Amino acid sequence: MQSFTRRFSPPFLLLLPAFVIIAAVILIPLVFSLYTSFTNYRLVQPASLWQWVGLRNYQRIFSDIDFWWAFGRTVVFLTIALNLELVLGLGIALLIDRITTGQRVIRTIMMFPMMFSPILVGFQFKYIFNDNVGLINNAIQSLGWSNVTIPWLVNGWTANFAILTAEVWMSTPVFAILLLAGLMAMPRDPIEAAKVDGCNSWQVFRHITLPFLLPFIYIAMAIRSLDVARAYDMVKIMTNGGPAGRTELLWTLLARVGYQDARMGMANAMSYVSILLSIYFTYYFFRKLATARASLGSMA
Amino acid sequence: METPLQRFLIRLGVFVVMVVICVPGLWVVMTAFRDNVEVMARPPVWIPQAWTLDNFRSIFGLSATQQGIPVASYFVNSVIIAVTSTVLAVLIGMAGGYAFARYNFRFKKASFLTLMLSRTVPGISLSLPVFMIWSRIGLIDTDFGVILVYLALNIPFTIWLIDGFFRQIPHELSEAAKIDGCTAWQAFWKIEFPLAKSGVASAGIFAFLTSWNEFALASQLTRTTASKTLPVGLMDFTAQFTVDWTGMCAMAVIIIVPALVLTFIVQKHLIAGLTFGGVKG
Repeated sequence: MQSFTRRFSPPFLLLLPAFVIIAAVILIPLVFSLYTSFTNYRLVQPASLWQWVGLRNYQRIFSDIDFWWAFGRTVVFLTIALNLELVLGLGIALLIDRITTGQRVIRTIMMFPMMFSPILVGFQFKYIFNDNVGLINNAIQSLGWSNVTIPWLVNGWTANFAILTAEVWMSTPVFAILLLAGLMAMPRDPIEAAKVDGCNSWQVFRHITLPFLLPFIYIAMAIRSLDVARAYDMVKIMTNGGPAGRTELLWTLLARVGYQDARMGMANAMSYVSILLSIYFTYYFFRKLATARASLGSMA
Repeated sequence: METPLQRFLIRLGVFVVMVVICVPGLWVVMTAFRDNVEVMARPPVWIPQAWTLDNFRSIFGLSATQQGIPVASYFVNSVIIAVTSTVLAVLIGMAGGYAFARYNFRFKKASFLTLMLSRTVPGISLSLPVFMIWSRIGLIDTDFGVILVYLALNIPFTIWLIDGFFRQIPHELSEAAKIDGCTAWQAFWKIEFPLAKSGVASAGIFAFLTSWNEFALASQLTRTTASKTLPVGLMDFTAQFTVDWTGMCAMAVIIIVPALVLTFIVQKHLIAGLTFGGVKG
């Protein structure tokens, strides 16, 4: 009887629906996916699901130069995007913090990009960077700077720049809003005291504002790291990995291998690499968040 | 304190930021109400000469130039899928969040970690095995199949937010209510739930936005008008060699307006939900 009540304790019952769904939709499929990554499964040949090939898929992808390009590009893309979003978001938060009138309206406007679907943001920037009808080329021509039509999404470098712009446009406001909330919650006394003691603005920022904001920075990073893979949607609609694979990220590559080439076994092996990458990003920021929270707790 | 020059520079900076945030969206909205000829014109026409609703008429199949893209049924699918998965995710998330906030149990940390890590799996990576399994058990191209997946996407974040909110409510409140004769169930709904309402509201909004905007999974799990959602439908316009810019912009407006309206209704809960659910949680 005692073991019965322990097994069906209230928290167990309360969490049961959540875990049943997570198990059915995420854990079991992931186990299946792991198994598939060791087979030669192709969508067009159902029998190949039982063809065990051991580590061959992993060996192939790790010796494939296209995979490493996509992997490297993904890591570089995420690193640049997250840092840029943080720096810009911090700058914007500091600016808005010093404005006294109309702050509410400004904060409301800043929430605008958060509501956009990533696929919509991708479309929006595909349109803006379009060589014939795009806003940017139109502006360049109307201002008389140049008469050439710049093929933004056709050149490898500019296409990556356009995708990065879309990503930064979408996520910077999240950082700005969260950091602004942090700035507004900050006690003013330490700043006044530091100024009286002769600190300049940079010293105040570096030694008082920034440490206080740290947990907010990590919350923003942690929330953001949960869905880094949404860059897939943007790349999909903007360039679909082109030109000539120059904007291919890990996610677009694995979708191509899985659905277009129907090589599910190989695609699942790649998807495991992408899952580990995501878990690494999230784990890193949640660890940082926990540390920052602990230090904030000891301050308060 | 601030010199007039500094004040001017700050205002200028904020103004530039606002322009950068607003212009892309406004440009799309403006195009949605313009004539295709005007959009393609060389040199570019900046100020719209004539506003028109033709683009909306044509994507809903009401004009002579039939588009053949069933936007109306995509819209219905989107509403059904997003609303159902949001409501269920909030209910399940509330139960789970309450369990984490109020009880100590074995494997508490491990189960929380499992939930959070399950959220980090990229949609497109998850779509591969889900696609294989769903097609075997006949869930491909059904609303139910998509709802189930979105539920799993939304539950972890919902639990995380709601957990943070319940933790801020002192335990003693519901104990006092119980001493006064409330059952545990009554104490929850009458005392604790009203206090955690803004957390629940913001969790609901985030769940809705995730479901309404999701593309990677839906693009593989849906096929026809039976379950295709608006974000997937947007790709219909690029299937040809020429992109139908005005049609796509009209579709974009249809996708963004419901999300916008809903978010503004509960916006005051949103920021509080994000920051305080996270910091103190």
